[in-house]
Amino acid sequence: MKKVGIFSFTCCEGCVVVFIEALNTQYDNWMKKIKIENFRALKKVKPIKQLDIALIEGAISTPSEVKKLKEIRSKTKTLVALGSGAVNGFPSNQRNKFGPKKQKQIQPLIDKLHQNKTIEPLNKFIKVDVEIPGCPIDEQQLIKTLNGLLD
Amino acid sequence: MHNIIDLDLKNISKIEGHTHLTLKVRDNKVTECKLKISENKRFFTNALVGKSYKQAPGLMSRICGTCSSAHAICTTEAIEKALKLKPSQQTQNLRNLLVNAGHLRDHAMHLYFFTLPDLFNKDSILDFNEEEHKWIHDGLAVKEAGNFLSTIIGGRAVHPPNAVIGGFTKIPTKEEIQESKDKLINVRPRVLKLIQLLFKDKSTFERKTNYVALVNKDYNFLEGQIQTARGTIIPEEQFGDHLTRVVLPYSTASAFEWESKDFFVGASARLNVNQQNLNKETIKDTQEYLKKFPSDCIFDNNLAQAIECIHIIDSSIELLNTPLKPEEPLKPTLPQETATGVGVIEAPRGTLYYRLDINPSGTIALVDLCIPTQSNTIHLEKDIAAYVETILDKSKSEISFEIEKLIRAYDPCMSCATHFLRINWE
Repeated sequence: MKKVGIFSFTCCEGCVVVFIEALNTQYDNWMKKIKIENFRALKKVKPIKQLDIALIEGAISTPSEVKKLKEIRSKTKTLVALGSGAVNGFPSNQRNKFGPKKQKQIQPLIDKLHQNKTIEPLNKFIKVDVEIPGCPIDEQQLIKTLNGLLD
Repeated sequence: MHNIIDLDLKNISKIEGHTHLTLKVRDNKVTECKLKISENKRFFTNALVGKSYKQAPGLMSRICGTCSSAHAICTTEAIEKALKLKPSQQTQNLRNLLVNAGHLRDHAMHLYFFTLPDLFNKDSILDFNEEEHKWIHDGLAVKEAGNFLSTIIGGRAVHPPNAVIGGFTKIPTKEEIQESKDKLINVRPRVLKLIQLLFKDKSTFERKTNYVALVNKDYNFLEGQIQTARGTIIPEEQFGDHLTRVVLPYSTASAFEWESKDFFVGASARLNVNQQNLNKETIKDTQEYLKKFPSDCIFDNNLAQAIECIHIIDSSIELLNTPLKPEEPLKPTLPQETATGVGVIEAPRGTLYYRLDINPSGTIALVDLCIPTQSNTIHLEKDIAAYVETILDKSKSEISFEIEKLIRAYDPCMSCATHFLRINWE
C-alpha cells in the first residue's frame, strides 16, 4: 500500500474536487493500492508522516505555507503539483502584478495576514517531481498519472 | 458540568476550506466564540477591476472549485443585466441544468462524505466497515450523476467552459441526454434511502431566527424574488440594500447581517420559505419528511439538502425532456455610460449576490459580492455559543465533536468566503 497525502494551499480547491470526482470511477481500484494518510476534506487533520506520494494543489502565499511545503517535501518520495496554482501560481498570484493603486489597497491586509510579498508556485521553494497543469487539472490525466505512480 | 472551558479547534476537517474555532466558557456561559476562517486571500475582486467584462465569469468561477458553476452563472447574470441582454428560454433551461448539477454534486459530497461519518461515529468514510461501504458507493454514484450532467451541459464539472455570456457554445447530444437521464433515474432510490437515514438522526438544536431565499413557482435556483421567514418580499436587485458588512478582526473573511441581525441562507432556508413549489414528484415521495419544515433546527439542513437532491433529479429529468436546438450565444453591446448589473442565484449553500459595474469601454469598474458562507458566519457563531450552553454536561471531547457536527451541518465553504473586498482594518 502506498501512503498518500493530499494537501491544499492558496487556491480554489478545484483540483481536489477533480480528485474526488475521479474517485467516482477509481475508488475500488485505488483503495486497494493506497492508504490516504492526510486529506483534510475527508478526515481529521493529523501530523504528516513519511509519504510515498503527495498531491499538492494551490500556490504558496505565507511563511507558514512555505514551512509546511518544505516539511511535506522532506517526508515525501514523489511530490506531484496539481493544477495551475501549484505549477505556475495563476490565478492566485494575480496580485503580484497589481499597480501601485491596487497594491496600496491590499497592503494593509497583506501585512496583517502575514502574507509573503508575492504568491509563488511550489517549485520556487522545493523540487517538484511531477506536474499536472490545468485550471482545473484534467480528470483523465490525473487518473493516468496516479495509476502510473502506483504500478 | 464545566464552569470553565477553553476550546481551540484547529483545522476543522470535512468542510470546504480552512477554519479554526476558539471558544471560552465561564460560569456556564459562552463568553467568546470566534470562527477564524483562515483561507489565504487571493484578492480576486481587486484583480477583476480594470479587466474586460468578458473575463469576469471565468475568473470569478476560480473563487471556488466546489461552487464554480454558481459563481460563473451569477457573474454572467450580473453582466447580462448590466448590458441589457436577455437570454433565451433554452439558455435559461441549460443554466438551470448546470446549476442543478452543481447542487447535486455538492450536496452529495457534503451528505455522504462529510455528514455520514458523524452519523456512524467514524472519523472518515475511509474508516467505514463492509456493512457501511454501500453508502460510499451510493455517494459516488450520486456525485457521478451530477458530475456527468455538469460535463454534458458545461463541458466540465469544475470551471465550466461552455457556459458563456449570452448562452452556450455547445449543446448536449441526444445520447448524452439519455445517459444523463438514466444516471439520474438510477440514483433516485439511493437518495430516498439517504433521506430515511437522515430523518432518523436525533441531533437537534433549535433557535428561532430569520431565513432568506430566492422564491419562485418551480423551485429553480436562478430566478424569482427574495423572501424571508419574517415575510419580507423584495426584488432580487435589492438584496444588497438589506445587507450590512461586519468585519471580524480575527477572520480572513468578513460577514454579513440582514437588516442588522444574523440570518441563515441555504437548503433549509429554501425549504422553509418555498417547499410548496418543489417538483410534484418530489413532494409525492418526500411528503412524510417535508412535514419537518419549516424547521428551526440547523441539523435539518442535512435533510433539506437530501430532499433537494430528489427535487434536482425530478426537475432535471423534466428539463432534459425539453427539445434543444443549436443556438449562437447572444452578442452584447457596450453601454453608453457606466452600467450596473445585479445577479442573484441560489448557490448550493444559499443566496449568492453579485453586483458589477461596467464602463463604456467594457472594463469592470466595481465588483461587490455576498457569499452564502459570509451570510451564515454570525448565525453559525451564535448557534455554536447557544448550543454549547445546552450540552455542558458532556465531556470536552464530546462537546468538540458536537460543535464540529453543527459546523458541518451548515456545509460552510471557506474558499468562497475569503475572496476579499474593501475592508478597513483598524
